[in-house]
Amino acid sequence: MTASVLTRPRTATAPAGKPRRRLKPGRPIPFGAAVGPLLLLAAWALGSATGWLDSRTLSAPWTVVTTAGDLIADGRLQDNLAVSARRAALGLAIGTVIGTVLALVAGLSRWGEAVLDGPIQIKRAIPALALVPLLILWLGIGEQMKVTTITLGVLVPVYIHTHNGLRSIDSRYVELGESLRLRRAVFLRRIVLPGALPGFLLGMRFAVVGAWLALVVVEQINSTSGVGYMMDLARQYGQTDVIIVGLVLYGLLGLLSDGAVRLAQRRALSWRRTLAD
Amino acid sequence: MATHAGGLTATCPVRVQGLVRGFGDRTVLDGLDLEVGAGEFVALLGRSGSGKSTLLRALAGLDGDVTGSGLVDVPVNSSVVFQDARLLPWQRVLDNVVLGLRGSAASERGRAALAEVGLAGRERAWPSELSGGEQQRVALARALVSEPELLLADEPFGALDALTRLRMHDLLRELCARHRPAVLLVTHDVDEAVTLADRVLLLDAGRIAVDLAIDLPTPRSHRQPQFLAYRESLLRALGVDPTEG
Ligand SMILES: Nc1ncnc2c1ncn2[C@@H]1O[C@H](COP(=O)(O)OP(=O)(O)OP(=O)(O)O)[C@@H](O)[C@H]1O
Ligand SMILES: [Mg+2]
Repeated sequence: MTASVLTRPRTATAPAGKPRRRLKPGRPIPFGAAVGPLLLLAAWALGSATGWLDSRTLSAPWTVVTTAGDLIADGRLQDNLAVSARRAALGLAIGTVIGTVLALVAGLSRWGEAVLDGPIQIKRAIPALALVPLLILWLGIGEQMKVTTITLGVLVPVYIHTHNGLRSIDSRYVELGESLRLRRAVFLRRIVLPGALPGFLLGMRFAVVGAWLALVVVEQINSTSGVGYMMDLARQYGQTDVIIVGLVLYGLLGLLSDGAVRLAQRRALSWRRTLAD
Repeated sequence: MATHAGGLTATCPVRVQGLVRGFGDRTVLDGLDLEVGAGEFVALLGRSGSGKSTLLRALAGLDGDVTGSGLVDVPVNSSVVFQDARLLPWQRVLDNVVLGLRGSAASERGRAALAEVGLAGRERAWPSELSGGEQQRVALARALVSEPELLLADEPFGALDALTRLRMHDLLRELCARHRPAVLLVTHDVDEAVTLADRVLLLDAGRIAVDLAIDLPTPRSHRQPQFLAYRESLLRALGVDPTEG
């Protein structure tokens, strides 16, 4: 008797026997996102400590840390980082504005869509980086070319996802706007823009990643400053530790900016109840 | 807001003459005539697919891309309540209510409208935090806050449970008695029609086939013999044998 009581499910309402299958992924693990990277770091440290990883192939974590300290001490890291961050931010800002405006024009008028959507879909099929040779011919190898490349990499995901968000706004809400005789400005502000916001923010997540990606490439071509240049220089001298510092930096920047967009997402979309919450 | 100062349009805010609506080569409304007086509560019954929603959308001016002809004369200031509450999920309850309002007093009027439907204190809630019945009450507040001359409702209580629906009937009757809009309520529920309406119409073959004035004192009860008589004749007209179920 006692045993059968003990094996009963804890909630009285659940039917005896099998517990109800839960379709949600379950409660979030605290700091769950850090588990994978920490395991990777542990493997790296173990490999270096046991000599299993040659330091010429891959410097040990502690060497990377001291190198980073040296680079910060002589100011090289900050200077290069500032240059890189400025390029990425500029390209991101310009690309976001252009992508959003184009998406609004294409999403709100049939003519806009007819004119704009085709070229942007074609542009999407050509990686931004494949345009670099042409951009160098047109714009030289200066800042203009670099920021333009990043802008092009940002523009496409922002456009695609914002446009998709606009197009997928429930037509019932448009009908509601018509029945309330909303003015066009109010309709845009209250229905169109909030309706497209989830798409826009998703586009931004791809865009920040795209911005760093484009940055890496343009900084390793004919550059004399920036994190990518620092890494390229290190390659010539065989300094894997400096290369790793650069990689970690890129990774951190990518993670931070993605985290910032996700935070914005959570703030702006607090009305949504999704599987992730 | 509404002007009841006499004149033809004031006594008869809704006039429809020879309304034809069709989809492809299928004619749904076929020369339909309809008049609704100021402050009159009209219920519209009809079999599924008979064109009730099509008529309502024509009155609401929401059928821009549908082919048709005929005269539709409705007040500019009319509101629609849909079957789903159709609240914007990204706007808080109060912002949903005042969506169509202009001017500085909008927020005050919105609060008053919410209080009228018994949702004072829920102004800052998200629509997803409300129950289905509460959402439909917000939709009702949104429709009435502009003091419309005509309220168009397409099965507004269709998705609610029986008990909540009865509560909503009381609320709707109360609100309509206070604001006196002309009402056209689409429903498939004969009891609902007889309980609420001054006049019940039955749509069949693209026209108004039955036009029945309900001459009963309010509040009405299902036990009144007259109520049952109205109910029976409407069910017969719908082709249902009232002795079953
Ligand atoms: N957008 C549309 N395109 C094509 N046919 C349509 C469209 N809307 C309605 N119809 C057709 O018109 C007819 C009337 O539809 P309507 O929605 O007005 O019926 P209803 O009386 O409201 O039915 P219910 O009680 O089921 O809501 C139906 O046969 C339907 O198939
Ligand atoms: Mg219908």
